[in-house]
Amino acid sequence: MSGSDNRSEMSEDEELPDLGGDATHSSNSTAVSGGGGDQNYVSPSPDQVLENVLENVLCFLTSRRDRNAASLVCKSWYRAEALTRSELFIGNCYSVSPRRVTNRFRLVKAIAIKGKPRFSDFSLLPPDWGAHFGPWLSAMARSYRALEKLYLKRMSVTDEDLAIAAHSFPILKELVMVCCEGFGTSGLASVASECRQIRVLELMDSDIGDDEEDWISCFPDNVTCLESFIFDCVEAPINFEALEQLVARSPSLKKLRLNCYISIGQLYRLMIRAPQLTHLGTGSFSPLEIVAQGEQELNYFSAFAACKSLICLSGFREIIPDYLSAIYPVCGNLTSLNLSYANINAEQLKPVICQCHKLQTFWVLDSVSDEGLQAVSAACKDLRELRVFPVQALEDAEGPVSEVGLLAISEGCRKLQSILYFCQRMTNAAVVAMSKNCPDLVVFRLCIMGRHRPDHITGEPMDEGFGAIVKNCKKLTRLAVSGLLTDRAFSYIGQYGKLLRTLSVAFAGNTDLGLKYLLEGCPKLQKLEIRDSPFGDSALFAGLQHYYNMRFLWMSSCKVTRLGCEEIARQLPGLVVEVITRDREENETSEYVDTLYMYRSLDGPRADAPRFVHIL
Amino acid sequence: MERAAAYENDLINLKATELRLGLPGTDESEKQSSRNNKRSSSEMDNSCEKDEQECAPAPKAQVVGWPPVRSYRKNVLHQKNESDLSGMFVKVSMDGAPYLRKIDLKVYKNYQDLLKALENMFKCSIGVYSEREGYNGSEFAPTYEDKDGDWMLVGDVPWDMFITSCKRLRIMKGSEAKGLGCL
Repeated sequence: MSGSDNRSEMSEDEELPDLGGDATHSSNSTAVSGGGGDQNYVSPSPDQVLENVLENVLCFLTSRRDRNAASLVCKSWYRAEALTRSELFIGNCYSVSPRRVTNRFRLVKAIAIKGKPRFSDFSLLPPDWGAHFGPWLSAMARSYRALEKLYLKRMSVTDEDLAIAAHSFPILKELVMVCCEGFGTSGLASVASECRQIRVLELMDSDIGDDEEDWISCFPDNVTCLESFIFDCVEAPINFEALEQLVARSPSLKKLRLNCYISIGQLYRLMIRAPQLTHLGTGSFSPLEIVAQGEQELNYFSAFAACKSLICLSGFREIIPDYLSAIYPVCGNLTSLNLSYANINAEQLKPVICQCHKLQTFWVLDSVSDEGLQAVSAACKDLRELRVFPVQALEDAEGPVSEVGLLAISEGCRKLQSILYFCQRMTNAAVVAMSKNCPDLVVFRLCIMGRHRPDHITGEPMDEGFGAIVKNCKKLTRLAVSGLLTDRAFSYIGQYGKLLRTLSVAFAGNTDLGLKYLLEGCPKLQKLEIRDSPFGDSALFAGLQHYYNMRFLWMSSCKVTRLGCEEIARQLPGLVVEVITRDREENETSEYVDTLYMYRSLDGPRADAPRFVHIL
Repeated sequence: MERAAAYENDLINLKATELRLGLPGTDESEKQSSRNNKRSSSEMDNSCEKDEQECAPAPKAQVVGWPPVRSYRKNVLHQKNESDLSGMFVKVSMDGAPYLRKIDLKVYKNYQDLLKALENMFKCSIGVYSEREGYNGSEFAPTYEDKDGDWMLVGDVPWDMFITSCKRLRIMKGSEAKGLGCL
């Protein structure tokens, strides 16, 4: 690593450069014996008084950006801040070594660590790429035994890791794992049995192996302090009797999200036990087995009616639509409803959604079609976040939703802040309308599933639509573009996207200018992920003065050459430049790099890179 | 046997299963866009114009990681589609038969399996499908009602598409059948 010049340009969230000198040196204090009183009493020096005061004041600073700023004031503030920061956020697990973190921050109670880049969710990164939790765990097990909260996203975690964690953090209260993989139900068994103080255990969107371990039975027999228990992504049957008893002895339980192996009958039994729930993931929402003819159907309606505090509903993993009417009693109170696994049509949605006046978050499948979205628009005036997922994630499928649905939403839901919309056809006019109707938009992610698809009415590229979004939505920080886009779209983004932090680009642009506009125009850009777009080396060089300010840049199937990447690595030694090569045939060669993934790091290239990753 | 092989080849050949307007066996003329067509022709034209490299020759070609839907979401919905009951148990009627039968389409792997089962069930001989001639040569023609309410000849579309869109089956007999066989 070269001198501090480069590093001082690194700004932002997680880690700050060493200001030189060991942060752990204690300040000099001159011992002065005070007159009168205890002979052993040592009056603190003015410096030390200042530091004590500072430490007490800094406790009130919770935002990490504020703390980062405070730590830059001077060495004394740096030290005080380091000693008092209790919540850590590591946005990229490879940007800093675990040791450096534990050396600087001594009193950590809560830590969040993020690993793989987001495109790994879509199979664009080979498995075994990295983001191992192990090294972090080793360092933390030594230095943070009083850890209370652990949040991991896109990390590779093993059963052994979980066993060690359960053992090393006796007062662990919260464990949240999102999009993680590498472990199974045996790891969960360790957590259940050893984390006696656990209040929050949330497993979301993670790939968890079925080791046929009865982990639910591993929770201790006494009353638990569980407040949130989320395991809807665990694709393994569980011991229902044990779960029922667990719920019965968890009086503080407010959030419960079941997996698809829980039938609606079992759901009923759990709801009866826990009417105090505020967040419920309903599991399969189907009988799972054939209901015998004579058997009386349980009164699910009354079970929901008894849950007077329910504000968030999800699940419905294998829904039989007839059962949907059971949720009517809670619709009027719902602020969040996730139907994104429920293949229902507009007619089935309408009676539900028309009662959801307070809804702020709504996730749904496009099976409800434009008509369903119109119903949403009419009923949910307070809507802040909408996600519309495709039933058929194919380029050539029929598209039940279109610009009609988007327009309807924009007209009815004026407070919209975040939207993710998958569709097969779209028009600029609808996108422009949304940009004007919904000025509070912070997140705009539109996925037109056919690659290079233009406005289906005018045949024009989608440049004007996205241009209007960046221009009119002044609070926009996250954008995902799609459809046919020329360099012009990027010139708009560069011109107006001044607050943009995250940008996702696929199959778009004409020339290097596109990427240049972005890198030169968007000062706040942190995370840029690009695939299958014709941007090459000259565009890459345009970002040289910006890359230290970014969390990462991802470019796959673009026109970047190895030489170009090597040049970047040479000019910016504080960057780790990873070139990832996919498997190819003997005779298949390419002058272009398959995948470039680069990120700033205080500690140089990682030692755990697999064979297919070349670090330049 | 040979005809069976040709039939298999036809299915493997994506072009043969490509959706287009027009009756089976007609020539491959360009079509006007229509609601019934699964892709609007204008979209296809544009994508072919724009970038030859990207233009997929077969409509079913998929790109890795696109659209960007997480795999567990795709898996779940795929499972759901498979277990979606509305496409699976279908009534089968045969012209002249006094009552209908019901079969579970999920049980069969492909058209051959299905046709053989129907032949056994109704004690008839349906023969082998060919794109050009349907079931020409046979007294019977297996047809089905699709999601749009239209009566289609069994065998024209890929198997997966067939089982999700088939609402009921009807084995036509006699002169009506002959008509369908060689349009």
